Amino acid sequence: MASVTLEKLNKTFGHDHIIKNVDLQVGDGEFVVFVGPSGCGKSTLLRLIAGLESISDGELRIGDDVVNDLPPRERGVGMVFQSYALYPHMTVYENMAFGLKLAKMAKETVDDRVMATARILQLEELLHRKPKELSGGQRQRVAMGRAMAREPRILLFDEPLSNLDASLRVQMRNEIARLHHRLGSTMIYVTHDQVEAMTLADKIVVLRDGRIEQVGSPQTLYLQPATKFVAGFIGSPTMNFMPAELLDGTQEGCRVRTPGIGELSLPQDASGKHVGVDLSLGVRPEHLRLAEAEGENSFEIVNVEYLGNEVYVYLEPKVGDTLLIHRSEAPSRWSLGQRVALVPDLEHVHLFDTEDQALEIAKRRRAA
Amino acid sequence: MNQYQLTKLAKRVGFYALIAVVMVYAIFPFYYAVITSLKPSSELFRVDFWLSTVDFGNYVQIFTQKSFVRAIANSIIVSLSVVFIALLLGITASYALGRVRFRGRTTVLLVILGVSMFPQVAVLSGLFEVIRGLGLYNNPAGLILSYTIFTLPFTVWVLTTFMKQLPMELEEAAIMDGATPWVTITKVFLPLMWPAMATTGLLAFIAAWNEFLFALTFTLTDDQRTVPVAIALISGGSQHELPWGPIMAASVTVTVPLVILVMVFQRRIVSGLTAGAVKG
Repeated sequence: MASVTLEKLNKTFGHDHIIKNVDLQVGDGEFVVFVGPSGCGKSTLLRLIAGLESISDGELRIGDDVVNDLPPRERGVGMVFQSYALYPHMTVYENMAFGLKLAKMAKETVDDRVMATARILQLEELLHRKPKELSGGQRQRVAMGRAMAREPRILLFDEPLSNLDASLRVQMRNEIARLHHRLGSTMIYVTHDQVEAMTLADKIVVLRDGRIEQVGSPQTLYLQPATKFVAGFIGSPTMNFMPAELLDGTQEGCRVRTPGIGELSLPQDASGKHVGVDLSLGVRPEHLRLAEAEGENSFEIVNVEYLGNEVYVYLEPKVGDTLLIHRSEAPSRWSLGQRVALVPDLEHVHLFDTEDQALEIAKRRRAA
Repeated sequence: MNQYQLTKLAKRVGFYALIAVVMVYAIFPFYYAVITSLKPSSELFRVDFWLSTVDFGNYVQIFTQKSFVRAIANSIIVSLSVVFIALLLGITASYALGRVRFRGRTTVLLVILGVSMFPQVAVLSGLFEVIRGLGLYNNPAGLILSYTIFTLPFTVWVLTTFMKQLPMELEEAAIMDGATPWVTITKVFLPLMWPAMATTGLLAFIAAWNEFLFALTFTLTDDQRTVPVAIALISGGSQHELPWGPIMAASVTVTVPLVILVMVFQRRIVSGLTAGAVKG
């Protein structure tokens, strides 16, 4: 077990700058998830840590050692691949023992390690099977076992669940979380699925175009997204965005006008902004309330989705063409074609400026 | 019977007739060779399609000739060496050409392909000088060298195609497990490339086993010859007599191992040759 430190890490492929000045500190025993849309560099970042790609610039430390130029086997990292990449011609036992044998360990040590790992992952019954005789979830466990058997300081996961079907994914997600609690080892996990990120992580790293957008606990990212991108990426269904015009702003709060909803007094500190500037108002689906339409505040319901425990109501927006979403506990009294008023929960409204940065909640208010 | 059934029957009959023609064309010469080899020399020129008596005299005659037995041994040594060297070089070359990114990779592959386009006769005199220069004249090692030159391009190409299809993550998993390239090749890739190796190995074996021109040119004495040359040089009591019986017996002797090998590996050969042609 060890910490990982990334300092001004850069990666270029030819003219493509994939990873741009990434600084990150992963604590000992932490479960960190890299999340972002495809092409954001999250897998590349993981491969830089693994040693499968060379670092163009910057410093990577595992524990206290600079490992920039060490090959993977000397870094003490284990990796679980998306396709599992099990050796097809070896049994489960041989797959897990391969790395240990290459490290020239004594036969008894190899045996002990493999058996111990197999016990943790409940693979004891399967040790003599070949990968093709295993189910998807079992292969997944073998892949984890192979990475764990060498007792690496850090375990890396590259989208390990994306090849599984939905129900198995939830189950394996659960197993990985429990495994982390039990082993307490440092884990870095890459996914494009924000649900996996939210449920597994101690710390989420949101990446976009090779830069870190925000680092924080799942709760921080959900409640205080630093940018519009993070706000839109985390949470399902996604946050609603509406244009808002700043009417006046002080250090204690501000007033904005949003088409349809009208004037709102918000707790954000907008003292640095000019009056009249265009902002973006963000409200999560569960922080909207629906009421009888009155005057301007009248939105048409274009679809209602009933999910059993909750109901999503889709509304025609005043500006743009992304539908607004309202989420509430089932049952819902709203139905298709009705016109309703939107009432945002003012404590949970987010404001983003033209650079997509979030405006901070005024200090005095937050303390109170 | 109506018109439709009639044409269907005609098509079917035509189909099997065609197959029969192809079968006779392909197999009859070999069949006749087998029959001839089992006849005593007195009955040699009587046309028979079935054997009435079986006489192993011809076989006894060739196997009691020391030079023929020696030629078979030479052929086996030469062919197996060619297969071994070609596969060893082929697999390491295919790892480099299929897996390692470097400048000029395509050029190297095209040059290798280009080499295989030279006809044997074109390089014969040049190669003769090389072999004389290396002191390998009248030595099976000279044959091994020259056959390997002609076998390698094909081996490298087939193995490279196959190597490219193995998933990248498999190699990366091996790297994470601490494997060097050599360990990756021998412990991870080799067991998976078995079909491709069987194909290329067998074809290399057949090419080396059948080769005549180089074998004739680069050897001088009976005890260094390979089987094709030895057969061609079997002579009768006088210069006007061709000993058909022993020649046929020798031909059958050297063909049968090949037929058996091909039959054993036939499914591998097809799957190896078409690997990558269509997505499996």
